[in-house]
Amino acid sequence: MDARRMPFRYIGQKINIKQHKWTPPHQYVKIIKDRCKGCNLCIEFCPQGILEESEEFNANGYHPPRIREAFHWGYDDKACLGCAYCTLICPEFAIYTVPDEEEEEK
Amino acid sequence: MPAHIRTGTHFMSGNIASAEGALAAGCKFYAGYPITPSTELAEWMSRRLPESGGVFIQMEDEIASMGAILGASWAGKKSMTATSGPGFSLMQENIGLGVITETPCVIVDVQRGGPSTGLPTLVGQQDVMQARWGSHGDYEIIALSPDSVQECFDITVMAFNYAEEYRVPAIVLMDECVSHMWEKVVIPSEEDIKIINRQVPDSPPPPGQDYYPYRCKNGGMVPCMPRAGEGYRIHITGLTHTEKGYPRIDAEAQEKLVRRLCDKIRLNQDKISKVEEYLMDDAEICFVAYGTTSRSARRAVKIARQKGIKAGLLRLITIWPFPENRIRTLAERIKTFVVAEINYGQIFYEVQRCAGGKAETILVPKLGGELHKPDEILKGAGI
Amino acid sequence: MKSDMHHFMRDVREKPDIAPLRDIVEKITYAEETTQELLEDHPLDKYLRRDRIPHIWCSGCGIGNVLISYVTALEEMKADIKKQVVVSGIGCTGRIPGYLNMDTFHTTHGRAIPFATGMKLANPELTVSVISGDGDLFAIGGNHFLHAARRNITMMVLCVNNFNYGMTGGQLGPTTLLDDISATSPFGNYEPPFNIPYLAAASGAVYVARWTTIHLRRLIKSITRALTKKGFSFIEVLAPCPTNYGKMNKKGTALDIARYYQQKSVIRDFCDPMLADLSRSDELVIGEFVDIEKPCFQEIQERIYKEATKNGIHV
Repeated sequence: MDARRMPFRYIGQKINIKQHKWTPPHQYVKIIKDRCKGCNLCIEFCPQGILEESEEFNANGYHPPRIREAFHWGYDDKACLGCAYCTLICPEFAIYTVPDEEEEEK
Repeated sequence: MPAHIRTGTHFMSGNIASAEGALAAGCKFYAGYPITPSTELAEWMSRRLPESGGVFIQMEDEIASMGAILGASWAGKKSMTATSGPGFSLMQENIGLGVITETPCVIVDVQRGGPSTGLPTLVGQQDVMQARWGSHGDYEIIALSPDSVQECFDITVMAFNYAEEYRVPAIVLMDECVSHMWEKVVIPSEEDIKIINRQVPDSPPPPGQDYYPYRCKNGGMVPCMPRAGEGYRIHITGLTHTEKGYPRIDAEAQEKLVRRLCDKIRLNQDKISKVEEYLMDDAEICFVAYGTTSRSARRAVKIARQKGIKAGLLRLITIWPFPENRIRTLAERIKTFVVAEINYGQIFYEVQRCAGGKAETILVPKLGGELHKPDEILKGAGI
Repeated sequence: MKSDMHHFMRDVREKPDIAPLRDIVEKITYAEETTQELLEDHPLDKYLRRDRIPHIWCSGCGIGNVLISYVTALEEMKADIKKQVVVSGIGCTGRIPGYLNMDTFHTTHGRAIPFATGMKLANPELTVSVISGDGDLFAIGGNHFLHAARRNITMMVLCVNNFNYGMTGGQLGPTTLLDDISATSPFGNYEPPFNIPYLAAASGAVYVARWTTIHLRRLIKSITRALTKKGFSFIEVLAPCPTNYGKMNKKGTALDIARYYQQKSVIRDFCDPMLADLSRSDELVIGEFVDIEKPCFQEIQERIYKEATKNGIHV
């Protein structure tokens, strides 16, 4: 095994088998609907693509985002990784991520 | 003896006396741009501020100088700048900012012949109306004028006191003559100099509550001034604002704010206005003058008295707010007001307005470049 | 003509009643006294003036990104909020201080930098930032920028460059590119723009960086570096203006402009700032251009004052 095939480990280090079964921490996306101005930047730039535009109107007449329905069905519920890019890309302070409390306790 | 007050008897020029007055009042920040005839003030401050614990900076222009002294005032230090006609014109926008944000600071305008570049090294008194109306919008300002080098010291201290008490930029309208004149100055000891500092609030608000920077206590008209960096979390803006400092763009907020800004000076006019009267008790002709012109006018009064004419001198120490009530009272018994000034009529119109037609007003102008001779004043008055 | 009027009048009458919505909007935008119960919490809300949220900027405006980056940088630095001061000028970006819950100053057009200079020199413990727009900092305020950079006064200047004067309707500015349409260049701009990082580096800034409103983590790192570095630090942020500049030049929505930034921006750290000229080629060169050490204004002044006064009063 040379360094090119193993970019994140130096030559000679043993691979920890457990790491292949590592699951990323789960986070929840919280949306403050009334602050949204419908720019769709969070929807576009979420690396996991878990957001989509909803049909409801908020108090200012915009369509706030919501979690994609596919991710509500259960099997991919743990899709948000908490990269918090939506938190930063939103100009309105209308979306943020919170850690999953149960996992924190573990 | 503290470093910033040079107690004792000195022989100095008006510019230097004004600088010493600022230091004695506690000025710790000077930002300016050199301009004849005020340059000596900046040079003196550059020498004296390091040992007085202050900061001197020569800015790139007068606009930056005015901005810098406003910033220094909000950081908690007494600040000043000095300039002349052309620089004073540049500072006007930021003077307006100082007025609406209620920032105490002192501007020394050493007047020279104008307009434009004019007579850089010769006397004038042509910025008087500009001191009052120079910036756009409705506002009131405090402007003082010294007539001797000792007064340059005293009046600069007075200007700092007014600025701190009423939270308004105060202007010292010197003229080139008194700024370059050398005379004896007596600087008192620290205990004998009366200094007024701005009122500061007691403590920052607890978390969760907000501080209202423009709310006045006990029905007064001048709010306390917090410093930046103490946790008051103030928002200061040049837009029309509410008591909380937030911009509010409507007629109601404008009415409340601008009225208070003007009234805090207008309603205290009698406390602020200071005049000196010489032989005015039985006078029938009143000579009105300010600055160095008042020295010629005083001699003119003496000559007139020798001729048997009942003349008196009303010397304006505070030019703005104009001592309207005094002129109105005098107009009842005075026959003629003779206004001598080194401009083509600026305070003359104020005197004429306040006399209200009850007394004749005569203007004896000199357009700039030299002082009045006493004979010229008397000739202009028709004596 | 008459039928057009008729059509318009009919449309107005048929619109749904929006009075209830208007009440809610007014409550949100004008409520000064009671606010905490009305709005939900964002974890960074403690840095904002809650009673002025939502802010006035358009949907997708880049200034909101700059605001949240600044606030996140303060959070990550665990900065002392009491000592942070933000000064701005006039314009859309100039409204940033109105939303920050710290000591903030909204001064005259172009004169934020001298105000900040006076503040920093009078109280060196403050951490002073100037966040203002491209027209405010480089047109009317150009002279002040040059001199503050030359003097190396310790402050961070953050320029939000949306290539026009947004607040007043999209007039051209010193950064509007050649041939661009604006409100005062309806046939095309005939003024070449500034190369701002080059200008800042040439004036003597010790830290010069340029990012866009989508390179947010790097922007936060830059802000952290600029706030802790001694000397004059400058960060330029390219931001979309979908309402004025973007609409007039057919750039699309804020989303389209963000995608454009994603595709065309190239990070070239420490390249020659002369190459950062936006009109040179199709790509947007971004990155940190300058990061040097130089004695700052206060250090030099303190040294000279100490030397002058060490023998007591001598003037």
